[in-house]
Amino acid sequence: MATADNKPTANLAPNPYQFLETIALHGGTSPDPTTGAMLTPIYQTTTYRQPAVGEHKGYTYSRSGNPTVTALEGRLAAIEGAEFATAYITGLAATTVLCLALLKAGDRVVLSQAVYGGTVRLLKQVLAQFGVQSDFIDTSDSDALVRALKEPAKFLFIETPANPTLKLTDIELAAHLSKDAGALLVVDNTLLTPALQRPLDLGADIVLHSTTKFIEGHNATVGGSLITRNAELHEKLAFVRNAIGAIQAAFPAWLTLQGVKTLPLRMAQHSANALRVARFLESHPRVEWLAYPGLESFPQYELAKRQQTSGGALLAFEVEGGVEAGVRLMNSVKLCSLAENLGAAETLITHPVSMTHGDMPPQQRVAAGITDGLVRLSVGLENPDDLIADLDQALKQ
Amino acid sequence: MGSGEWGKDPFPIPHCLLFSEESATMKTATQCVHFDSNDDPHCSISPPIYQTATFRQPTADEFGEYDYTRSGNPTRSLVERQIARLEGAEYACAFASGMAAITALTRLVGAGCEIIAGDDLYGGTVRLLDQILPRQGIGVRYVDVTDVDAVREALNPRVKLILIETPSNPTMRIADIRALARVAREAGALLAVDNSMLSPCFQQPLKLGVDIVVHSATKFLCGHSDVTGGALVVNDYDLNRQIAFQQNAEGAGLSPFDSWLLLRGMKTLSLRVERQNESARKIAEFLSRHRAVDRVYYPGLADHPGHEIHRSQSKGDGAVISFTTGDVDVSRQVVEATRLFDIAVSFGSVGSTISLPCRMSHASIPQALRERLAPPPDLVRISVGIEDVDDLIEDLSQAFALAARREDAISAACAV
Repeated sequence: MATADNKPTANLAPNPYQFLETIALHGGTSPDPTTGAMLTPIYQTTTYRQPAVGEHKGYTYSRSGNPTVTALEGRLAAIEGAEFATAYITGLAATTVLCLALLKAGDRVVLSQAVYGGTVRLLKQVLAQFGVQSDFIDTSDSDALVRALKEPAKFLFIETPANPTLKLTDIELAAHLSKDAGALLVVDNTLLTPALQRPLDLGADIVLHSTTKFIEGHNATVGGSLITRNAELHEKLAFVRNAIGAIQAAFPAWLTLQGVKTLPLRMAQHSANALRVARFLESHPRVEWLAYPGLESFPQYELAKRQQTSGGALLAFEVEGGVEAGVRLMNSVKLCSLAENLGAAETLITHPVSMTHGDMPPQQRVAAGITDGLVRLSVGLENPDDLIADLDQALKQ
Repeated sequence: MGSGEWGKDPFPIPHCLLFSEESATMKTATQCVHFDSNDDPHCSISPPIYQTATFRQPTADEFGEYDYTRSGNPTRSLVERQIARLEGAEYACAFASGMAAITALTRLVGAGCEIIAGDDLYGGTVRLLDQILPRQGIGVRYVDVTDVDAVREALNPRVKLILIETPSNPTMRIADIRALARVAREAGALLAVDNSMLSPCFQQPLKLGVDIVVHSATKFLCGHSDVTGGALVVNDYDLNRQIAFQQNAEGAGLSPFDSWLLLRGMKTLSLRVERQNESARKIAEFLSRHRAVDRVYYPGLADHPGHEIHRSQSKGDGAVISFTTGDVDVSRQVVEATRLFDIAVSFGSVGSTISLPCRMSHASIPQALRERLAPPPDLVRISVGIEDVDDLIEDLSQAFALAARREDAISAACAV
């Protein structure tokens, strides 16, 4: 929503519901006041008629604000347990706005070593030109965190579980350390969503989402979001979003709003399926190692239990025989689709080194634990027995 | 694709999903997520929306697979294949609404012939059968289809079609699908079952001997209240050709965009209906224990008269529950006092809804048939969504309490 000077403000209807299943359906929006339509209309409009010069009903131009996008923002804020959300045309547009709103030339930021490759490219190849210094460290290591925050930093940006290594960062500890250092804590919660992890409750200042993944969940849109409980931060983000024109479009916003409705159901099933598949792969003689935060064998299992409600949809593993065996596996699966995405209803299989993390420098990949043979599986909503049968036949090839 | 050490093109084979042969053994949740084939040249995981009216022809007298969207459209074909697959069937035709599908169904019956219809059908179906078909010289008789002998007695050589719902809407009566299929086959009539209440996840009537499955895809198939659509599903090649002919001749096929939304909605069909089924069972038990409730209509309850037959032909009980309170004013107040249940017609969505069918979905039943076919005036129908079930039960509890307080206040006022 926009005020008279086009400054977007909060949009959230009070959320009276206790459980996420209910909030995902009803939180943050209200039925269409004109017709009673149960679904928010798709406001495919650029401009809004103004009753008189200088007067408007909250919207003037869809780059500044759009009622369908506002409805999505209300819902996203509600599911993260926050007051404010802004929606963006992509996840990287959200990261861009975050950086432009909080940083100026000469500023420094600290990020998890194993963040999404596109985040690394943005910081190292785009923002570095504007004098932003970015240090990538192993945020799962508390000593490394303490050391990195000794120098001034504007924010600490973490992704937990890390993609694709699934290393966890202790959010409560990161919040504590960044607060002491005078830095904000930003958590990319794309991989778990508020259905499985609630970073704002653990002390984070801003949650970032690529809504392209689990939030929309059907592989049908690209989008991003920044969610916060801090009104002042929200104002800054909304100002930059309008200034650079990075707002989500009406139609993908509406599709995302529809996708969120089944989020709690989907995430519970993704996790249950991933656990079954992880147990199968862990005991398979051809699998050299496997990382899944929901398994007792996962090195940070205790931390996973503390800050996540379950293991999530992602697992990483390496097949005996290195890169070649990995290629053979990926070309032999039939049900799992080879794709550069995660978080869809379909199971997707990825080779990060050649696909999603190609822009990350090799030394950084090695340091982050992204080995050349690592295979990432985003477990979908298929029946897990069908998935296991598919992986089983592919591992025999 | 990034510059990996695996070489420039490690995956020379287009990785599209083409698994027709595996499809038969796939479990339902897997079938929901994966479409039968994806011949899109870009291998897009979400299928393209072919929002086009016309298709270019190779030459003046040659046609490709598609020529005009009224006759056929790739996005619609995909949703038709997916619906057929979920019903374990060979063919499906998708229509612009459930009523458009039922209209096409009745076109299989010629002038001078008859239809036997269940006496507890959706109001819109009754309106079509009673106000449109007689003009075309088609006779309709309403029979209690829970009584197989009554159906047998009603049959004669003019009867070409038997149309039933099981569970019926809204009084949840159960018809014996296998027995009716035998009776229909002996009489040379087609048996059509409206499967909108349960979805193919819980009931697959074609496997029980039925000729045609009818869907209002608006309900559970879509599940997100964003599509109005319908389908006719069959195994017989000639029957499908007749239906497809009607779809083209009358121009009632589902639009490309709605077809795409329906495909997207069906990805979570299994997930949604499993949850809805589980929540509905808890809510049905809550209602049966509640003192303000007179009678609960839900086939999952052991004391439902059709319980055993239902369980013998279905894998789930569905998410629609009806109940009476014995007082139309109390029922109305309960409907209006709920906060999470939206007062709305239709059912099967992720969001819970509540209605008084007599005044809403079944108000279109003509006056003359009211007494026999309309649901009781105090009957409340709820469709259980995927909200947290404790939230839903709490909401119903407070609605009953509020209705009771209002009734007390009214009686007190009348006493004064």
